[in-house]
Amino acid sequence: MGVGIEVTNLNAWYGANHTLQDINLPIPANHATALIGPSGCGKSTFVRCLNRMHETNPIAKVTGSVRIGDIDIYTDASPVEVRRRVGMVFQRPNPFPTMSIYDNVASGLKLNGFHHRKALDEIVERSLKSAALWDEVKDELKKKSGASLSGGQQQRMCIARALAVDPEVLLMDEPASALDPVSTSKIEDLIFQLKTQYTIVIVTHNMQQAARVAEKTGFFLNGRMVEFDSTHKIFTNPSDKRTEDYITGRFG
Amino acid sequence: MKAGMQKNKVRSAVRATTDHLVTGLAILATVLVVAPLIAIFVYLLYKGASSLNLAFFTQGPKPEGVAGGGMANAIVGSGVVLAIASILGIPIGIGGGIYLAEFGRGSHLANAVRFTADVLNGVPSIVMGIAAFALVVVPMHHASAFAGGVALGIMMIPTVTRTTEEMLLMVPHSVREAALGLGVPNWRSVLSITLRTASPGVITGCMLAFARVAGETAPLIFTALGNQYFSVSLNQPISALPLQIFIYSASSYDDQRRLAWAGSLVLIILIVLAVSLVRYVAGRGILKGAS
Repeated sequence: MGVGIEVTNLNAWYGANHTLQDINLPIPANHATALIGPSGCGKSTFVRCLNRMHETNPIAKVTGSVRIGDIDIYTDASPVEVRRRVGMVFQRPNPFPTMSIYDNVASGLKLNGFHHRKALDEIVERSLKSAALWDEVKDELKKKSGASLSGGQQQRMCIARALAVDPEVLLMDEPASALDPVSTSKIEDLIFQLKTQYTIVIVTHNMQQAARVAEKTGFFLNGRMVEFDSTHKIFTNPSDKRTEDYITGRFG
Repeated sequence: MKAGMQKNKVRSAVRATTDHLVTGLAILATVLVVAPLIAIFVYLLYKGASSLNLAFFTQGPKPEGVAGGGMANAIVGSGVVLAIASILGIPIGIGGGIYLAEFGRGSHLANAVRFTADVLNGVPSIVMGIAAFALVVVPMHHASAFAGGVALGIMMIPTVTRTTEEMLLMVPHSVREAALGLGVPNWRSVLSITLRTASPGVITGCMLAFARVAGETAPLIFTALGNQYFSVSLNQPISALPLQIFIYSASSYDDQRRLAWAGSLVLIILIVLAVSLVRYVAGRGILKGAS
């Protein structure tokens, strides 16, 4: 089951660059929340703060609090624990090139010391089914390299890999931006199904995509969150002039 | 109009000529690279193949002046010394490479380690032999297979370290992020993901280092010393192919000089076989289609 996220006074830096300024945002459980905004507005940095990937960059810094469920991820847990609860799908599919499809999906568990064969088989099957990839790969799970799949299949495999560790939240950083329209629509269908079980935060450049998959949408600009509301409201009657300018295509 | 076409014709003729010229130079360079290797191999076959027989692989050296005999003890000795060198040199070398690429990036210690490795790579092998003599032979009071292995092992470290570092740095950042994003601890991600992804290149580096020290003679003169008898003891002086070739090549007996040629041929063949075998075994573990 997904859990809600409560972001309070979040600030983030890359070196001297203040990339996120005073972000306050309640992300509802078991819904899809979209983050939109022009390139460089801080939305990717923001999702990377939600699973503490931001701090893997040595010059990065964060202040403020992020509560996921009942814990503050910056004070109550280690980065490794946080990332097990908060899965992430990246902009470009990033399979482990030396591993089979099966090993790719099972990697999160195996690398954390879980080796129960039967349970792994079940989890891999369930995860691939959840990621709508099972039927396409079930015959050559252990024979075929994860890197030999098509781009769209690789991305769904990466989603399955994230789901296999049973997270509560799934972060997606422009998950379809490197994919063709058919693969994109498969990923969107997938988000629709997944949000019944997980809290989903999706960064996207594609406003139609935000409108299609998300109940809530936040608009970022220059490191600040300008507006956060129901997707319907953002796209039909935004309160802020800058949001309106962006969604009507006047800049960005 | 016509003048323009004329100009184009001249230009394309120049372009075609340049193209042929550069292609020709590239082919010439390739021939110059491969020719010495082939020449050496053919000459060794010519000089050494006739002395190769079963006795060469089953018998040890005969007393001076007695015909026959072989290099069985030197072949086994080379195997023992190289095994010790690999057991010492490869883990330390890979560990150093991992440190340079993953943990020490940009630190003063890493720069010092990298500099030391490059200097070590340039140290003459005879000096390495003297160092191992001082470090191992003197405290033990006698030459030994172990001392020879230490000398060669130290020589392997810089090559293995630097290739491991280069290969790890070539693994895309996105692959590391994928592992960290799954909640895999950093050390585990380095060992199971980054190193594994880089493993074909790392193995090549190890093989390069191995092939290089397999033919070294100078470091063994003070350390392994050589042995006329069959021995596998780590604690005793031991023979090795390059040592035996070195001794026999200066012999006044025709028979021993012929054995030296045969030994050189066998040494090259064994190195090629060992490298191919490791590549084959390592290649089977890695999925096809993975790059």
